[in-house]
Amino acid sequence: MSEKLLEAKGVSKTFPGVRALSNVDFALGRGEIHGLMGENGAGKSTLIKAITGVFPRDEGDIFLDGEVIHPHSPMDAEALGISTVYQEVNLLPNLSVAENLIIGRQPMKRGCIDWKTINNDAIKILQKFDINIDVTELLGSYSIAIQQMVAIARALELDSKLLILDEPTSSLNLDEVQKLFIQMRRLKEEGQSIIFVTHFLDQVFEITDKITVLRNGEYVGEYNTADLTKLDLISKLMGKALDELKEFEHIAENKVDEDAEALLCTDGSGKAGYLNPFNIYINKGDVVGLAGLLGSGRSEIANMLFGIVKPDKGSMSIRNKKIKISSPAQALKNHIALCPEDRKNEGIIAGLSVKENIVLALQVKQGWLKNINTRKQNELARKYIDMLDIKTPSVDQAIENLSGGNQQKVIVARWLATNPELLIVDEPTRGIDVGAKTEIQKLIVQLAQDGMGVLFISSEIEEVVRCSNRVYVLQERSVVGELAGSDIDEHKIMHTIAGKGE
Amino acid sequence: MKLLEKLGISRRSMPLIATFVVFIALYVYGGISYRNFFSARVFFNLLTDNAVLGITAVGMTFVIISGGIDLSVGAVISTTAMAVAVMTQAGVPNGLVIPIALLYGTVLGFLMGFIIEYFKAPPFIVTLAGMFFSRGFGYVLSLSSVPIVYEFYAKASAFGLKIGNGRFTIPGIALIVVIIAAIFLSRSTKFGRNIYAIGGSEQSAVFMGLPVFRVKVLVYTLSGFCASLAGFIYTFYTLSGYGLAGIGLEMDAIASAVIGGTLMTGGYGTIFGTLIGTLIQGLIKTIISFNGQFSVYWIRLFTGGMLLLFILLQKAFVAGTAGMKKAEG
Amino acid sequence: MLKGKQIPKIIWPLLALAAILLFNLLFTDHFFRITIRDGHLFGSLIDILRRCAPTMIMAIAMTYVIATGGIDISVGSVLAISGSIASLVVWGGSTNYLAGDDEAIYAAVGLIILIPLLASLALGAFNGLMVSVVGLQPFIATLILMTAGRGIAQLLTGGKVLNFSHAGFEFVGRGYFLGIPFPFILAMLVLLLGLAITKLTPMGLYIQAVGGNRSASQYSGINTKFVILFVYIFSGFAAGLAGLVMTADITGADAGFMGLYMELDAILAVVIGGTPMEGGKYNLKGTVVGVLIIQTLTTTILTRGVPPEYTTIVKAIVVLAVLIIQSRKVRELIEHRTMIRAAKEAESV
Repeated sequence: MSEKLLEAKGVSKTFPGVRALSNVDFALGRGEIHGLMGENGAGKSTLIKAITGVFPRDEGDIFLDGEVIHPHSPMDAEALGISTVYQEVNLLPNLSVAENLIIGRQPMKRGCIDWKTINNDAIKILQKFDINIDVTELLGSYSIAIQQMVAIARALELDSKLLILDEPTSSLNLDEVQKLFIQMRRLKEEGQSIIFVTHFLDQVFEITDKITVLRNGEYVGEYNTADLTKLDLISKLMGKALDELKEFEHIAENKVDEDAEALLCTDGSGKAGYLNPFNIYINKGDVVGLAGLLGSGRSEIANMLFGIVKPDKGSMSIRNKKIKISSPAQALKNHIALCPEDRKNEGIIAGLSVKENIVLALQVKQGWLKNINTRKQNELARKYIDMLDIKTPSVDQAIENLSGGNQQKVIVARWLATNPELLIVDEPTRGIDVGAKTEIQKLIVQLAQDGMGVLFISSEIEEVVRCSNRVYVLQERSVVGELAGSDIDEHKIMHTIAGKGE
Repeated sequence: MKLLEKLGISRRSMPLIATFVVFIALYVYGGISYRNFFSARVFFNLLTDNAVLGITAVGMTFVIISGGIDLSVGAVISTTAMAVAVMTQAGVPNGLVIPIALLYGTVLGFLMGFIIEYFKAPPFIVTLAGMFFSRGFGYVLSLSSVPIVYEFYAKASAFGLKIGNGRFTIPGIALIVVIIAAIFLSRSTKFGRNIYAIGGSEQSAVFMGLPVFRVKVLVYTLSGFCASLAGFIYTFYTLSGYGLAGIGLEMDAIASAVIGGTLMTGGYGTIFGTLIGTLIQGLIKTIISFNGQFSVYWIRLFTGGMLLLFILLQKAFVAGTAGMKKAEG
Repeated sequence: MLKGKQIPKIIWPLLALAAILLFNLLFTDHFFRITIRDGHLFGSLIDILRRCAPTMIMAIAMTYVIATGGIDISVGSVLAISGSIASLVVWGGSTNYLAGDDEAIYAAVGLIILIPLLASLALGAFNGLMVSVVGLQPFIATLILMTAGRGIAQLLTGGKVLNFSHAGFEFVGRGYFLGIPFPFILAMLVLLLGLAITKLTPMGLYIQAVGGNRSASQYSGINTKFVILFVYIFSGFAAGLAGLVMTADITGADAGFMGLYMELDAILAVVIGGTPMEGGKYNLKGTVVGVLIIQTLTTTILTRGVPPEYTTIVKAIVVLAVLIIQSRKVRELIEHRTMIRAAKEAESV
């Protein structure tokens, strides 16, 4: 028996036009929780997929228990004792929770599937996670967080030598993350080895024993978590010197210009069962942050201002003129832009090129008769590719081939091209790496300094604090507080969220 | 709605219940409007007359649940019947005729499934090519109607268990047997559950380690087998083979599944629903023939209307469930 | 995974067409001979252009429908309704012409064309509303009209085959303009109309956007419902026009069989032309080539004296061949080999 459970040596993988992994090493000890970190495009997912047989590696060897393995499919890997929860692949929403947990290894009784045992087993499995739900209901009728927990529970049940969790926490709230960590610690005590892929710095420090960092498809190093500071890790991830990181701390001007021109103002806008009446205002040059927990009504405000959802009460005015916005097209005409929360489903249009994705909203704004021709499309696209430093081989590249951060920049470009006065950005930095994150934050602050009004929505309070000069705090679909200027800090925001009703 | 939920009827089974209620309503309407409608004869004739459609629709339902479609079934029915006729003319022993006939659709289904899966080709087009091939093959066997000469078929056609004034014929029995077997397959076997899993999300099914390739190829094989079995049963009505038989039947089979609550996007549907969907189409025909005033052309119009009704109904329920999900999330 | 934008490739369908033509050049006498008779062009090639027109008209519109991620399987039935209405209008709305009334008054050509087209537009709008506003899956939404539509056509004509003789209207299906079959000219006009709408306005971009990601298109401000409504109305219009061409050509309408399975031919032409069924991208030229492949194949089989019962078998084999050549699997194999070759070349340098 070799000392390490899993070892990868000199693994390389090339896709047409890009070297996703080059000569990467990785080693996982027994009973160890090992964090795998890297920015987007660093090669984390590629390494995981090479280990689990989603695609073959080009070069290098992977050893499990000292023996070289060549899994050809996730099924193969499972048979070898490697079970994985993938980041975006969910389970089967059309089947019951119990069936999702057991499918593929259903117990049989007299030639029939034994549903009674399946349901009882499922209840027991979920009880370990403190989840008490009706396991005979369809999985799809539960929240994403529960679905994610079911996926993790399924992987844990597979009785494997090695458990890989690829960004399992991105849809979980703090409480659920803690429940997951309790299970991970329990498994570790039982001798289970876990690879934990995440981009949450706090979580990796909380749960892992060791951290391996990848950057640009290359191996940076393996570290004992205890020996590493947060700043150390960030610099390893970004490959930048420490003093460069200092400038992240404060990027917003912590002052409120009382004389600024009013841009948008709502007066009791709301919709029954969707969002309680709210009053907010945004002036030119403001970065107004929206802070609150998941489901507090952050995206709901964005959707209402942008005409995706029509309010049934209250009114709204733009530059002190009353106005009704009942469709995105109308919002566009009134110089409002929205970069939506769900980049994959509401943002990028797969199949269209970078340039087509950029000109789309401007084209809508100009109407049916003013067609933007190819020459102009190219000009516009080049302008924004330069301005936002979008990394793409050409303007004709299909957008789905860009990294998450660059896709986000394309979406921002789509809206900047319409020359908006009010820019709403909903979770602009979710799921993108630290470097691109900072760039986007800086860009937003810069846009406001140039005179745009910005509504900045994020689930990361630090980010809201860093970028905003005013913050509205949301709770249970209501605006419950407002902070301005130097009053803005994490503590006060959390206090406001917690202290509703006092 | 709340009341129904209290009665233990879950929201997702409501479209199926609605389909069943409409079936009963149509049946009662027929019984009140026409004499002799409530009779064993009419009921068993309903089974006999719709056996071919029903058996085909069972195969189609599995294919649709897996997320695919099979346009070849109508042509397979016709060609199977033609093959039976031609073989009896050539003096092939009946003990060979039956397995060869059943093998025809099964093999064709397997080949189509293999092409679809191996080349990742769209099922719509591959099964369309299967339809072209099968029609052509039928014409190659004979361009004109070919009578079946074996006595077995005439006897089998005349056979029926007397129940009241009705006859439970071989096609009727075959339909019920196939339905029961299919319900067992869909609920209590790993193969059946894997079909639902793949229809829910093929990618997830792959990552969960389910045998996607094999199951999908087998689903088309199963549909081909059902179509061939239906084609064999078809010979009991016509006692001949004819190249133009079964035209448009693939769409009727799809309609059976859809009226019965199967979603075209895959993952959802029941065999029992498909049976009811088939019988509703049959009832429309029976009522129109009892009525005598409406021309037969109304059948398609009514079937279209039924489709519209059920689809809108399902839409309303699905929208309701989606709303619930959002509220929870 | 980094690849240039994958525009559906037209090379394979073109090669398939070239192969069929080459076969005829070598083995079929007079296939390429075009003569002038009564001031009209004649010959197998001209025959192909004439016969493919109804399918081509429908396939062009179908390309846009498929590009939005939809499908319209009702076009065969809409074609039958249009043809039935046209033949009714010819007879002044009466189905009792066989009673021996030789003095029947024929309607004006304008009416014969206009009324069926208006009906077809309305049927297309029904499909469009079902998909865009009600939100039904396109296959299901159009299955309703496919099923009910043939019943409607048969009810209109009372199940009879309405024959007529009307020189003015017959021109639509049989006439020649500048020596070229008029139906083909109509098909080209539909192509031009489609190109004008999709190239001179942002409709082409919007169609691809809606097919690529409907929700994101909505967030970008595109009126997605209108875009979807438009493609189905255009498809209904095209099916109606195809119905006119067929009715005028055979001088009669058989509601039960007219246009049967033609929706499948149209979809087939679109797909072998390289437009993926998932939508998001389309290849209009490919569609035109796809229709020509199907028709040239049929004409070849007929002119070569192959028993007609083999036609559909040959069609099935060619369709599968074109499909498999374009399939992801084969593409991956080709890419893989080119990559290996490129890697070897890089090493040897």
